[in-house]
Amino acid sequence: MRSTRMSVIAGAAILGLALAGCSTSSAGPSEDDPNQVEVFTWWAAGSEKVGLDALVAVFAEQYPDIAFSNAAVAGGAGSNAKAALASRLEADNPPDTFQAHAGAELNDYIEAGQLQDLSSFYDENGLYEAFPDTLIEQLTSDGAIYSVPSNIHRANVTWVNVDVLEGAGIDPTVAPESMDAWIDDLTTLQESGVTAPLALGTEWTQMQLFENVLIADLGAEGYTGLWDGTTDWDSAEVQTAIGHYGELLDFANTDYAGLDWDAATQILLDGNAGYNVMGDWAEAAFVQAGQTYGTEYTTWATPGTDGIFDFLADSFTLAVGAPHETAAIDWLTTISSAEGQKAFNIAKGSIPARMDAVATDYPEYQQTAMASFQEDTIVSSLAHGSAASVSWSADLSSAIGKFGADRNADELLTALVAAAAAQE
Amino acid sequence: MTVTEKTRPAPAPAPLPLSPALRPRRGFSLGRTLKYTILIVFVFIVMIPVYVLIVTSLKPPADVNPATSWGLPVRWPWQSETPGGATGFDNWSAAYTALAPSIGRTFMLAIPAALISALLGSMNGFVLSRWRFPHANLVFTFILFGMFIPYQAVMTPLVQMKSTLGLPSDISTLLLVHVIYGLPICTLIFRNYYVSIPMELMEASRVDGAGMMRTYWSIVLPLSLPGFVVTIIWQFTNAWNDFLFAMFLSDTAGGPVSLALNNLAQGAQLANYGTAMAGALIASLPTLLVYIILGKYFIGGLMSGSVKS
Amino acid sequence: MRKGVRNWGPPLLLLSPTIIILGIFVYGLIAANVRVSLTNRTSLVPATEFVGLDNYIALLAEDRFLHSLANLAVFTVVFIAGTMLFGFLWAWMLDKGVSAEGIFRSVYLFPMAVSFVASGVVWRWLLNSAEGDRASGLNRILETFGLGFLQNSWWNEPTWGMAAIALPAIWQLSGYVMALFLAGFRGIPDELREAARMDGASEWKLYRFVIFPQLSPIALSALIIVSHMSLKVFDLIMSVTGSIYVTEVPATYMWVTLTSNDYAKSATIATVLLVLASVFIIPYLIQTARSEKANR
Repeated sequence: MRSTRMSVIAGAAILGLALAGCSTSSAGPSEDDPNQVEVFTWWAAGSEKVGLDALVAVFAEQYPDIAFSNAAVAGGAGSNAKAALASRLEADNPPDTFQAHAGAELNDYIEAGQLQDLSSFYDENGLYEAFPDTLIEQLTSDGAIYSVPSNIHRANVTWVNVDVLEGAGIDPTVAPESMDAWIDDLTTLQESGVTAPLALGTEWTQMQLFENVLIADLGAEGYTGLWDGTTDWDSAEVQTAIGHYGELLDFANTDYAGLDWDAATQILLDGNAGYNVMGDWAEAAFVQAGQTYGTEYTTWATPGTDGIFDFLADSFTLAVGAPHETAAIDWLTTISSAEGQKAFNIAKGSIPARMDAVATDYPEYQQTAMASFQEDTIVSSLAHGSAASVSWSADLSSAIGKFGADRNADELLTALVAAAAAQE
Repeated sequence: MTVTEKTRPAPAPAPLPLSPALRPRRGFSLGRTLKYTILIVFVFIVMIPVYVLIVTSLKPPADVNPATSWGLPVRWPWQSETPGGATGFDNWSAAYTALAPSIGRTFMLAIPAALISALLGSMNGFVLSRWRFPHANLVFTFILFGMFIPYQAVMTPLVQMKSTLGLPSDISTLLLVHVIYGLPICTLIFRNYYVSIPMELMEASRVDGAGMMRTYWSIVLPLSLPGFVVTIIWQFTNAWNDFLFAMFLSDTAGGPVSLALNNLAQGAQLANYGTAMAGALIASLPTLLVYIILGKYFIGGLMSGSVKS
Repeated sequence: MRKGVRNWGPPLLLLSPTIIILGIFVYGLIAANVRVSLTNRTSLVPATEFVGLDNYIALLAEDRFLHSLANLAVFTVVFIAGTMLFGFLWAWMLDKGVSAEGIFRSVYLFPMAVSFVASGVVWRWLLNSAEGDRASGLNRILETFGLGFLQNSWWNEPTWGMAAIALPAIWQLSGYVMALFLAGFRGIPDELREAARMDGASEWKLYRFVIFPQLSPIALSALIIVSHMSLKVFDLIMSVTGSIYVTEVPATYMWVTLTSNDYAKSATIATVLLVLASVFIIPYLIQTARSEKANR
């Protein structure tokens, strides 16, 4: 019996050691130091990391006393970060500020009372004047505003391989007027021997293509109405859009479900497709491949969406219960400042949200995007979290992915209507 | 600690003892040729993904194209004419810089996690396999069921527990979690192992009146090396490669290599695949070494256990 | 009386730390999970009421969930069959005696060392479904070796495509199963084989009556390890295809609902998965209990 007791004590001791090891090695030394800010992002590599580093350098200049700590969780276009973040919010252990797509993706946090209203911050920093009115409109939720955009991307861009189009006798410099005209060109291209003239990738890129078609067929107002309930999901226009989208899939590479966006863009780069609908971050892939804008590739707003800017933005929030609130506000000030926006966006290849940015500071593509951003009607991107809440987007994504596999238009329509109804 | 000490008296398992009957026979035979052919074909098949990892890690970003993933680099890293100046070596140095700080921490996690889980698993396995007590199978089921829990489902309450207890966002919390969730599978492996080794020795010691714990320390533990090898391999690999727990319970500043690798591989919209794959190879090296070193004892050790009978 | 204590006490005392810890971290958390699944917590906002089994009824009637179950079934069958087949085949060939066995063994075993965080990208490329001119990945290699007729759309095939997703999983775990079987083969005393041969048993009978019964505990152990990974398959799918409809299984569906803050649904899926686990555990336990009884 004695040895038995010993054994139990030994077993307990081992566990105790493990537990003690955990509790004694305390966390960072300066948990309560007010001069630090914990920023939660999914920018961890590539041009995003370069941009973030540039932003942090500006922050260090403006607020030399505040230590910046980055709790980056990358992967799954921010879905890993979202999951980890939700669990921390749930445990009442929020980071000071976290990255989120601007727009409806924030609704869940807002409803749960996890974000602070930043309207007065906007007032104090003159941001209502600095940002375009239509952007402010998209960011505002029940009269309040909950995030500060750091950068803007455009999602309704069609990338064009000049050689491929010219080979089929199509003028690459002029965008087709409408979806129907574009489908005619795609047909011409296919008949000329390009078997899959439209390069397409995995589920979210399909969702982005679908949202482009919706904008083209419903117009800015009709498309925006889908998200606030003023446009019916079973309207004739949506059905037309589903029809167009189905036709477009017929022109796409058959392996689309398995391709990342960059692999889809690569098909265009390799001259195996004529078109690719992708956000303007694709510019980096063309630059990396050594191609020149205007001679080897060109871009237009997706046919039928001219004059509309389908926007998405990364933004930062102020969490309720942020342990270092003043420091977090300083971070937001840096992000929204002209200097901060410039440092970040030049590195990342996106455009600033501020209208007072000097266009000539930026490369050529970004200059054209900046001009459109100020003139065009701004609508919110579905595929990138601006238009619909996370759960709505997830339902739509699944419906579109299913359509990509079975091409059942009736079921897609039913699913779209059901997804909208589930949000009520 | 105790593990290594206590196992030392065990008969050092010869690396691959083959009984004379099984020793490969010399001379040509159709069967043997066929066997080697099949085995070698499988070697090539298994190595396919590694080949792609290696060649991609040597390509500069501009040359990485899924459509040519089979091709050797057009521009080898030592050829200087790559435009833009980036070479395959840059992939490796960038990956090393990104991963190096976390590799040491991951050893501090994976080694103790493997040893503690194995020791606890072996005690549990011993009791469950050798002690007939009422409802033993129920207790075994209770433990075993823990294997099947989908971890994503318990992350939210787990993070809550972590913050209530004030546990830090680093390796020590992960160690605790890996030991806990490793218990079911380690218990299973040891239980099945102990069932398969001969009972005579133990029965004798029970007749001697030796206590359960004495039996365990002096008789069972020395025979347990193969079981330890299996569970240590399993737990070490799991702790080393785990991403889910690491993501929820630690942060990049104090977390393991899987987090750093994930940030490297997935942190940018335009992924640098060359760097990601160099990183994947670097991050896999320690586990690979564990397999090469312990793999030898894995089977050899188990056989020595049965030879003793 | 004293005897009773001797039988009960020591084993339970020794097991009690494990039982208590698992009671908290497994069963406590399962209970918390089940509790959430019975509420209307479909967003970050705390639950307002219990809804009974409504979430379960809704989930089991949902086409999307049934689709994910069907995917899981195909995946599981192919994954288990593949790892057991290759694991056994390799072990069997190596057991016959092979020079450089260590090299073969290390090569077969090593995929376990590689996490899917980055090798997932490689598999995505290998399983690319383009054929003919644009063929890359495995299709390209099949074409190069004159096996072009074997080209296929891999996991893009709607019904059986999940079988292709099992390839990386088979690649990763066959070596482990091989190691278990190899250990099993080596654990069979030579005397047993010799005795059977003396009795004039044919090779088949030797396997049927001597070797297979000896291997069955190992096979069961391998089976349960592989099946628990199969039910929970997550990393693999997330890194090879992402969480998309076509390759959705309950674990990735659960992830989608979790990231869209639908906690009740996520908890419901998790509970259904746990119930599914018992489909594997119960036959396993019955089998072990029976075989051990037979051995004693």
